[in-house]
Amino acid sequence: MQKVYSRIESIAGNVITVTAAGVRYDDLALVSAAHGDSLAQVIRLKGDKVSLQVFNGARGISTGDEVRFLGHSMKVSFSDNLLGRIFDGSGRPRDNGPSIEENLIEIGGASVNPAKRVIPRNMIRTGIPMIDVFNTLVESQKLPIFSVSGEPYNQLLARIALQAEVDLIILAGIGLKYDDYLFFKESLEEGGALSRTIFFVHTASDPIVEALLVPDISLAVAEQFALQGKRVLVLMTDMTNFADAMKEIAITMEQVPSNRGYPGDLYSQLASRYEKAVDFEGAGSITILGVTTMPGDDVTHPIPDNTGYITEGQYYLKNGRIEPFGSLSRLKQMVNKDTRQDHRSIMDAMITLYASFKESLEKKSMGFRMTEWDEKLLRFGDQFESKMMDLSVNIPLEQALDLGWEILADCFEPNETGLRTDLTKDFWPKEKVSN
Amino acid sequence: MAVTTGTILGVNGNMVSVQVSGNVALNEVGYILLEDQRLKSEVIRITGDMVEMQVFEMTRGIGIGDRVEFSGELLAVELGPGLLSQIYDGLQNPLPELASQCGFFLQRGIYLNALDRTTKWEFTPAVSIGDVVSSADTLGTVPEGIFSHRIMVPFNFKGRFTVVSLASKGDYTVDTKIAELKDENGSIHEVTMMFEWPVKRAISNYEERLRPDEQMVTKVRIIDTFLPVALGGTYCIPGPFGAGKTVLQQVTSRNAEVDIVIVAACGERAGEVVETLKEFPELIDPRTGRTLMERTVIICNTSSMPVAAREASVYTAVTIAEYYRQMGLNILLLADSTSRWAQAMREMSGRLEEIPGEEAFPAYLESVIASFYERAGLVRLKDGSKGSVTIGGTVSPAGGNFEEPVTQATLKVVGAFHGLSRDRANARKYPSIHPLDSWSKYGGLIDPQLTQYARDVLFRGNEIDQMMKVVGEEGTGLDDYTVYQKSEFLDRVYLQQDSFDPVDASVGVERQRHVFNLIFDILAAQYNFASQREAREFFNKLRQNFLDYNGSEWKSDEFERLENEIKQMVAEKKNGIDPGAKKLMAVNA
Repeated sequence: MQKVYSRIESIAGNVITVTAAGVRYDDLALVSAAHGDSLAQVIRLKGDKVSLQVFNGARGISTGDEVRFLGHSMKVSFSDNLLGRIFDGSGRPRDNGPSIEENLIEIGGASVNPAKRVIPRNMIRTGIPMIDVFNTLVESQKLPIFSVSGEPYNQLLARIALQAEVDLIILAGIGLKYDDYLFFKESLEEGGALSRTIFFVHTASDPIVEALLVPDISLAVAEQFALQGKRVLVLMTDMTNFADAMKEIAITMEQVPSNRGYPGDLYSQLASRYEKAVDFEGAGSITILGVTTMPGDDVTHPIPDNTGYITEGQYYLKNGRIEPFGSLSRLKQMVNKDTRQDHRSIMDAMITLYASFKESLEKKSMGFRMTEWDEKLLRFGDQFESKMMDLSVNIPLEQALDLGWEILADCFEPNETGLRTDLTKDFWPKEKVSN
Repeated sequence: MAVTTGTILGVNGNMVSVQVSGNVALNEVGYILLEDQRLKSEVIRITGDMVEMQVFEMTRGIGIGDRVEFSGELLAVELGPGLLSQIYDGLQNPLPELASQCGFFLQRGIYLNALDRTTKWEFTPAVSIGDVVSSADTLGTVPEGIFSHRIMVPFNFKGRFTVVSLASKGDYTVDTKIAELKDENGSIHEVTMMFEWPVKRAISNYEERLRPDEQMVTKVRIIDTFLPVALGGTYCIPGPFGAGKTVLQQVTSRNAEVDIVIVAACGERAGEVVETLKEFPELIDPRTGRTLMERTVIICNTSSMPVAAREASVYTAVTIAEYYRQMGLNILLLADSTSRWAQAMREMSGRLEEIPGEEAFPAYLESVIASFYERAGLVRLKDGSKGSVTIGGTVSPAGGNFEEPVTQATLKVVGAFHGLSRDRANARKYPSIHPLDSWSKYGGLIDPQLTQYARDVLFRGNEIDQMMKVVGEEGTGLDDYTVYQKSEFLDRVYLQQDSFDPVDASVGVERQRHVFNLIFDILAAQYNFASQREAREFFNKLRQNFLDYNGSEWKSDEFERLENEIKQMVAEKKNGIDPGAKKLMAVNA
């Protein structure tokens, strides 16, 4: 019944073209080559010419190999049996476990009706002050970690995975170095989180096309768990590899490139993945944290730039710290009004003062005489960096807020902080009031 | 007329190539017929019998040979009572309705009526049988929320018509015939309370377009005082991500003094759209005492919804705005973000393999942006009343760089520019509109000479700040240092505003004038400081008092007390007035 085509007309990059009839956009096909079978997906139809991207890569495919269309788009199995398992970019096990074929679901499905969303309202506590206090992570939020190669972004991701209060973690590895893959596996194992984790891992040496599937597979599975009421955290690393894979395919397909060779639909493609982050009315939620390594540490590069306009803020990881400038959780105001009365004010006050500290630091480095005010700021900046910004600090939010007041009181008079008088009256550490 | 049909010959992303058998028009709507679904699409290029169509849905599952049915009509919206308080997607599908039919996910191929066909509206005729009318004349009215919604002769009726029948006062649904109009050839046209209008054509059934000369109050101090917007004017808010575009839009949509607000999310984050969506019904409009939703329409095409529908959403929004303008109302259209819409154009242009212009945007980018903003305006209607559409568009410039094509094309056609600054946002200065880079061509609520004086203080303060970075505080004279402190003070207590503080979030005209005068006196005063340290401490304390003052209810005891305290503080240190300011004060006295 399934017609077999045994004449591949062109092979360019990972894209092959056959002449076929009755094929539908996005359909899957099975390509049987001498070195094994691979799935392929229809990415363009033009008359009777069908272009397919081969997931395993087109290397070694011969013009006489067989192509068999499956008549449906990409699917993945979904059940509780996935928990604790590790799969590759096409959903095949990479942990020597049995393959899972039951209960197939479509990937890359329709988007959620905005009218069925609820306003994000729950804080996800991580124990990291730079997140909890200054840029609170909110359930259903989509946030990238902007960083550069060499920064400990995967370590940060793993720490969040271990400490974040969620039901389920899905790790989507895209172009992951093999060592990093092992690092994640071991950290989650040691932390006892493996049983609530599912891995979909594409490593750097795997065929590039599979990189494109990882976010879709991960998010489709996440969506099913969320619909069952689970609070799912999806960690995607590294989305820059995803975008670069897209660029590779687009150029192979001779698409008119947009900025720096990336396809014109880069924004839409990234958005349709990130927008899967959701808090379902009456069910669970999906929260997405993704790593975006910025080429050349340039935030205006098309990948971080487009990402920034899609996501609800970002964490900047620089010099091993989450930078207070540039880092932003847009949804924090949804939750930090309910944590503690002083949360918002102290957060703003400390950042404003930290900005002034940076200015004083600059003046100091240029050799200017430091005023009394500069000295205060320098003292503040040092304490802020060592007691709060250090990524190894792991304390609950309330303790971090108290710590904030202590640092302020140690360095300033209340009216130097820009905090409203009613707050300083209530929260200024008593023993520090000088007048 | 025979229906034109076609056959699909190619699929590339969200674009299909179709061979057609008859006449088709550019921008005509056609439906791709799948086994169980009809997918809405729009013709965007015609070459002989081959047309290219952008599909407003995901194209998964479309195959060669699939049939297309053309509608003979352009992409249009339904206009009539019941638009207010609706939440639509870019194609005017009511999203809550869709949710109750389809659940969590958007199902493609389902198109619902934009206007409910069962709601009855209380119609009161405004004309009589035998009257002669023409397009956009009012046949009668129905109450819609707080407004009197005009039932008008459809805008596409050309020529003069005689009313031959008219419904009497009573309750009717939007699709009930309420009048019969006879044209000059004697043909009878039936009229209901609704009609359709193609979104890409501006509604121009008015007498005259006027120069926007009345201010649209936003209750954001930096805008109303320094960078005003006019009713019927246009403005744009470009800014890098994270600079606070969305919050500024939200604050404006709540507080702007207009009759109706239309929020168009063209490709924005669902998480933010949902905030507006869920909060508006809960928020009370201080002017009407009813929910804000009653005077709001939300067009919601989030970034994950198909790109072509995203492009349609700005047109859907502006058409609805123009429709209500025809009723003599003032409408504010907030488009967030126009860059997404421009990117949608770029995507399609790329698929059409057009020769790319700057940054791969199509060559027609500028003219498309210009003609969109030109749909704003203050107009005098046929009955003498005035109505306006004000358009405020955010721009998300690639790389935060204002030199990029979309920002530049927009700047050419808007009357005010509220540029957001990354540095100000980083330093938590909100709204992060840059006071020196931004501009407005409209008149505001305060004498421009006075605001110019204040801007000069900012400008000089900024210069001194730059200089201090080189020579240090010790190398700066006390006078300069005082100017610097004044500019920092103005920035902190007037240009910045706490959008989460119940009082400070929105400041009315009266209070703005009052507080600005107070600030002006402080800026104009000369002080007898002994040292820089004393100047700094004085302004620190003044700022502290002022922040408390900004947070106190207008004219409350607390407000008066703090104001007196501030005045006293200033009086104690003041030893003169800057001569330049004195002149201005004399003129304004």
